[in-house]
Amino acid sequence: MDTTRRDVALLYRRFAFGATAAELDAAQAHGYDSTITTLLTFGDGGPADAAPPTLRPDQPVPTDPNARKTFLQARAADTKALQDWWLRRMITSPVPATEKLAWYWHGHFATAVSKVQAPSLMLGQNMLFRSIGAGPFRDLAQAVAKDPAMLVWLDSNSNVKAHPNENFARELMELFTLGIGNYSEDDVKEAARCFTGWSYNRDTASFQLRPERHDNGSKTVLGHTANLGGEDVIDVVAASTTGAAFVTARLWSHFAYPIDAADPIVSTIVAMKPATVADTLRAIAQHPQFRSDATHNALIKQPIEWLVGALHALGVAYDPKFSAILQRLGQVPFDPPNVAGWPQNLYWVSTASALTRLAGASQIAAAADLHAVIAAPVAQRPTACARLLGINEWSTATEAALATASADPRALVALALCSPDYVLN
Amino acid sequence: MTDNPDNPDNNEQPDDTTPPDGTATTPHSEQAALDARQSSRRKFLAGIGAVGVAGIGATLFETLRHTSPAKPSPLTKTQPSSGATTAQRGDGIVVLVTLYGGNDGLNTVVPYTNSTYASSRGDLAIRAEEVLVLDAELGLNPGLQGFKDLWDAKRLAVVRGVGYPNPNRSHFRSMDIWQSGIPDRVETTGWLGRWLDSTDHDPMLGLAIGTTLPLALRGKIASAAVVPPGRFALPASPTLDTSFRSMASIASSDTSLRGALANANHDLITVQQRLANIDNADAAQPSLEQGPTPNTANGLSAQLDVVAKAIRNNSPTRVYSVSLGGFDTHATERAAHIELHHTLGDAVARFLKQLDGRPEAANVAVLIYSEFGRRVAANASGGTDHGTAAPVFVAGPRVHGGFYGEQPNLTDLDQGDLKYNTDFRSVYATLLDRVLDTDPNKILATTTRPLPFL
Repeated sequence: MDTTRRDVALLYRRFAFGATAAELDAAQAHGYDSTITTLLTFGDGGPADAAPPTLRPDQPVPTDPNARKTFLQARAADTKALQDWWLRRMITSPVPATEKLAWYWHGHFATAVSKVQAPSLMLGQNMLFRSIGAGPFRDLAQAVAKDPAMLVWLDSNSNVKAHPNENFARELMELFTLGIGNYSEDDVKEAARCFTGWSYNRDTASFQLRPERHDNGSKTVLGHTANLGGEDVIDVVAASTTGAAFVTARLWSHFAYPIDAADPIVSTIVAMKPATVADTLRAIAQHPQFRSDATHNALIKQPIEWLVGALHALGVAYDPKFSAILQRLGQVPFDPPNVAGWPQNLYWVSTASALTRLAGASQIAAAADLHAVIAAPVAQRPTACARLLGINEWSTATEAALATASADPRALVALALCSPDYVLN
Repeated sequence: MTDNPDNPDNNEQPDDTTPPDGTATTPHSEQAALDARQSSRRKFLAGIGAVGVAGIGATLFETLRHTSPAKPSPLTKTQPSSGATTAQRGDGIVVLVTLYGGNDGLNTVVPYTNSTYASSRGDLAIRAEEVLVLDAELGLNPGLQGFKDLWDAKRLAVVRGVGYPNPNRSHFRSMDIWQSGIPDRVETTGWLGRWLDSTDHDPMLGLAIGTTLPLALRGKIASAAVVPPGRFALPASPTLDTSFRSMASIASSDTSLRGALANANHDLITVQQRLANIDNADAAQPSLEQGPTPNTANGLSAQLDVVAKAIRNNSPTRVYSVSLGGFDTHATERAAHIELHHTLGDAVARFLKQLDGRPEAANVAVLIYSEFGRRVAANASGGTDHGTAAPVFVAGPRVHGGFYGEQPNLTDLDQGDLKYNTDFRSVYATLLDRVLDTDPNKILATTTRPLPFL
């Protein structure tokens, strides 16, 4: 059986936010390998990409009550504009893999505007993911460590020689580069000393090393002893085999299916010595296991993938009211719940998410152009709906339920969006 | 549409007035448990299908109370705990209050006369004239007036120095340890989720108020339903409503992600129906003592109000989960931490006040915990970094108020952190044994002695 259409649809779901029926027609004609080449293209989409909003610079909250109120309202509006912009760009970008990878890094280096309190800094970090997210991981890690939003998020400004703050050093090792069990408590304490004096200067909106706060003593991190600085620590962890395995396993887990760093797939890809993240992603897509049954149905669409994918497939223009769906599903861009980002799979399965998807699907279907479904004979409408949503074929149970809604195309599409078949990624 | 009391679909009338036969024994295997789940689902569907005209109000309570397939739990019938003497075995309810971020235990139960505390904390220390005095050495954070009132009524257990071996200072790993109840390996089920697995899997048995399911209430087979604190009703398109019910009508025995998604849709229909019944029943009740009005935007109170409503309308729910975030106070902790405790103390006090004297709440126990405490010494930014042992609170009408566990020594430290002296699993064991009537050792996979606070 020719699985090309099924497999290019998988590529589009995992490395982008799904495809329209026309995109799948084209990809199917080009074939699997050729689709990898064209889809895994990273860079700026040019004028076709939604331009970032103009945001107010990061400034202290005024003390005067009236000025404060105005300021906070303006800041909240900036945050909303930022979120709307990114969602719109995810839906419409001509280089959707760039947006998907930026979205991945946002969860990997999860930073939340609810603590950073400066939408302009969040935009800066986001542009970093977009501009260098497909390059060498080491370069990205070095840049993120000095990124203003990250400096604020993990309390770098309070990391001083007399009282090292371990927040960044710990998360760097645990979540960003090595994984739990691959470093000791002493490594965290010593690494924190290396990052002392790293700070965010609000006046210049950029990184600043404050030498008077930096500890110039000898430190030992993961067996390396010297007067190490923060950059040295990042080089050590990002260049290590453990680090490469950790990051590769995370990428595979998010683009294919969950595995741990000890999985043989990881060592296979690490042994290929991919120079960049883009190379790693291509290695994932080309790995025979990626096209296997193990990958199909192994992930659940996270709320943003579900919403953006539906709007893209159905040709619905983004409306700012749609972000309320994401709020209720518990996944708002720029506001992950904590530094570990968003969990996968069963985390998104509950009665509450089922209800929110049902209500959201009604809204989306109401705004969609469904002429392709309406034009089909009633008995053929579930199949027409499958084509529209990039589903290869409905499961028996879903097909039976869809048949009960065929007379009402909007209900039919809304129901399809809530079916296990569609919610699976 | 389901808010409309004229709609016959609102008036669930289960066809069965006894627990399903298959639920009187504890499932011994996953397959047996799955079978029980299917059995329970089929019975419940039969109930929904039998559209009747049961009224609302007192009649409905009785219906809910006596016909729920979940009550009493199978373990209640087969394994009454030997030491029990209370009259209402099987009616116990656990309310889990999770404080996310790592609550600073030393600024919660404050050793206000301890000079090491004062010197380690500097300006962050809560001063003797600020604390709500518990005894000559310890006092509560000034925000916790609600807890102080419970303490004075001898209904607040303060369990000191709670932790686990080889403490982990990662929020995520440590919270997973607390919520799974398994400290020495990665475990994908929660301690209350495993309790749910041991029951007949009524989806109402566990309710998590919020948007996502916490690990604590995630089982291998059964998990708590998640209920958003606001409106909980299906959208009002007749075709969509009907076809969604059709798609969700059959519970899946498939253990894959696909099966989990199908079952979430299925449970949604069940839980939404039954909560609508509870809303109707509640509306028919005389107006209630609401308890002290919470400060504005107390999100925890809004969550606990949902719990209180379910309890006073005899929901079969045995475990509830609510949460409060913001405890990761690395910087400028003082004022923010006191404010968080105001939110916490006011919400818990209001909740228990709403249930005061009500027989259906006679064996409610509220457990308040966080993933870890914080370092003894303050950092340079007026905050504290991740630490270890901390106090845990249990409040409720049957709780024997007082101190349990030892106050950790502030000078005998492990890498700058407090040493725990009370294993968190002994707190869980107490609740499993005395409130959920379950053998704690089966759930916790270890031999743990309950504490005498219940």
